[in-house]
Amino acid sequence: MYQYDSIDQRIVDERVAQFRDQTKRFLKGKLSEDEFRALRLRNGLYIQRHAPMLRVAIPYGLLSTEQLRMLAHIARKYDRDYGHFSTRQNIQYNWPKLEEVPDILADLASVQMHAIQTSGNCVRNITSDQFAGIAPDEIVDPLVWAEVLRQWSTFHPEFNFLPRKFKIAISGSAQDRAATMVHDIGVYAVHNEQGEVGFKVIVGGGLGRTPIVGHVIREFLPWPDFLTYLDAILRVYNRYGRRDNMYKARIKILVKERTLAKFKEEVEAEWVHLKGGPGTLVQEEIDRIDARFKRPGYLSLHSPDRELEAHLRADKAFARWVGRNVHAHRVAGYSAVTLTLKKTGVPPGDATTDQMYAIADLADRFSFSEVRVTHEQNLVFPHVEERRLFELWQLLKPLGVATPNLGLINNIISCPGGDFCSLANAASIPVAEAIQTRFDDLDYQHDIGELDLNISGCMNSCGHHHVGHIGILGVDKNGEEWYQISIGGRQGVKAAIGKVIGPSFARQEIPDVIERLISVYLDRRESEDEVFVDVVHRLGLEPFKSRVYEKVH
Amino acid sequence: MKKYIKQKQLLDDTWHTLEVPAAQTSAVVPGTGRWIVSLAVWKQNRTQLLGRAQDIGVALDPVDDPAELAEDVAALPLIAVRFPSFTDGRGFSTARLLRERYGFKGELRAVGDIFRDQIFFLSRCGFDAFVLRDGEDEQGALAALNEFSEVYQAANDRGPLFDRRFVKG
Repeated sequence: MYQYDSIDQRIVDERVAQFRDQTKRFLKGKLSEDEFRALRLRNGLYIQRHAPMLRVAIPYGLLSTEQLRMLAHIARKYDRDYGHFSTRQNIQYNWPKLEEVPDILADLASVQMHAIQTSGNCVRNITSDQFAGIAPDEIVDPLVWAEVLRQWSTFHPEFNFLPRKFKIAISGSAQDRAATMVHDIGVYAVHNEQGEVGFKVIVGGGLGRTPIVGHVIREFLPWPDFLTYLDAILRVYNRYGRRDNMYKARIKILVKERTLAKFKEEVEAEWVHLKGGPGTLVQEEIDRIDARFKRPGYLSLHSPDRELEAHLRADKAFARWVGRNVHAHRVAGYSAVTLTLKKTGVPPGDATTDQMYAIADLADRFSFSEVRVTHEQNLVFPHVEERRLFELWQLLKPLGVATPNLGLINNIISCPGGDFCSLANAASIPVAEAIQTRFDDLDYQHDIGELDLNISGCMNSCGHHHVGHIGILGVDKNGEEWYQISIGGRQGVKAAIGKVIGPSFARQEIPDVIERLISVYLDRRESEDEVFVDVVHRLGLEPFKSRVYEKVH
Repeated sequence: MKKYIKQKQLLDDTWHTLEVPAAQTSAVVPGTGRWIVSLAVWKQNRTQLLGRAQDIGVALDPVDDPAELAEDVAALPLIAVRFPSFTDGRGFSTARLLRERYGFKGELRAVGDIFRDQIFFLSRCGFDAFVLRDGEDEQGALAALNEFSEVYQAANDRGPLFDRRFVKG
């Protein structure tokens, strides 16, 4: 965890005071709806279908148990006893009262948290790999760099009124777990041949109405130039990104319309003037930030643990959970554990106040008081002793967060959908629930194997349906809710955008359609090692289409 | 006389703005008084206006490239950057380019849909003058200039926070 110093703290405190004043002026009628809208959005406050919705940043997914308890406290005191973890490492509250939001922000600031730039046309919360700093396949620990980005983007004076929202993700591992290729800017922290740290910079990726996998704009950017180069990209975007049509305003459209080569030329021409300037990072600052990350004091443990191995042999359910939800750690004798917020019947990503308090207590005992939030809407205990996994599993089960479905079909990613969000065309949570009910048998789920199923209630794609192996998109047809299905999407270094299989379906047809897609896969896979999305890429859409549409339509 | 904010004070605005339709490039600039003209009018009458440049300011629209004034920044006492809507942030980059790339030292004023909630950011990008839209509370806007006591990034007003952290130790 990065620990604020007095200056970091002062900046969030001053933000609370500023927002309190803005809210007061709005309530007194001194700010119009439109003006207050643009200001409150910069603070993650939407006016939604039922009530305001407040989005709180969890920068790059790191939470202390003290912070998690505060999130629980807020859910209880100001909301309806739950929060929704989103796909961008934020937590959303669906029922706060407008006049209480300044108090919520003050409570957040007391534990070094904020809602700064969680919405609006500015640089949003910086996201990263939930296993940052602990993954065995990690090349560079991205946490320090993620914090550098958080500070640089916080109230950046030049880029607070961009053409559109701007999302940045950073990953430092061989396997990309941060959907880096589908961000406005994606950053891979890497080493060059001399072993120096730098960044591979991706630009112009994104989901939404025009899904595009990003392009490499720079293979290796030396770390001191990190921020000046980003300033150059953002400046070109701020000046030339389209402002006439909000659906064409993301940087991906600018890059596409200009071509990557031309866009890169403009960025480089801008950067010539910024490179080596005042924004150039210095080693002292990197060391300072690094030193402010409180890191666990690991024990020296023997691995593999004999007792653990005995439990794995004796208890099939435990072994299944370990196989799915427990991940390798770079320190011997430790593991990372995913707590799935994907139990059938519960909206994906939702956690109740009681769950949050109980999870915080367990993280104090098992994970050095640290919790991570994943872009797949789950939580992670990042540093658990292997020898205590069995004990932890038994304690997690009654909380409903030990469902061993990570990576399986029922680990659905879903936006809140039309039941909550005023942008949505269609509900998503009832669809998720219908699918989860259909595939509730764990043996069946395990037989199907790796399958990412993502649901978005509208083209804003908050449920990342484009990169789901199966993607479901809510569409509006003459005022009715319909669902379009795509297959073959993928996240990670081999990111791909799914292809639509054909005409859309009514809500009640969806579980059948999914089952038909799965049946083609099960019939045609060459072995259990060939996962669903690989079969789609090998066979193309045709066999899936013909089975799905043969009787349903 | 309308008041405006300049260098953190409320002053009388002695400048007039020559309003011409957007497409029109030719216009007669009155012979006396201090006038702010559009970039098109400036370019059209540049030779003549350079002779009395101490009384001429140029207004840039969001689409205008500040590079077009690169040769003139030393002569001009004032450049105005227009914000037709406060959500259009192009003028923030325009300002930094004028100050940092082209070395403009004169009065850089933000005009248009300007109110207290952008002022802190505007001042960080090099604006030292603000013409608030009608009905704005000027004292509130002045206070907003100090809304944040510290900032992270390098911009026109100061270097990055890490420089100051290490100077102070």
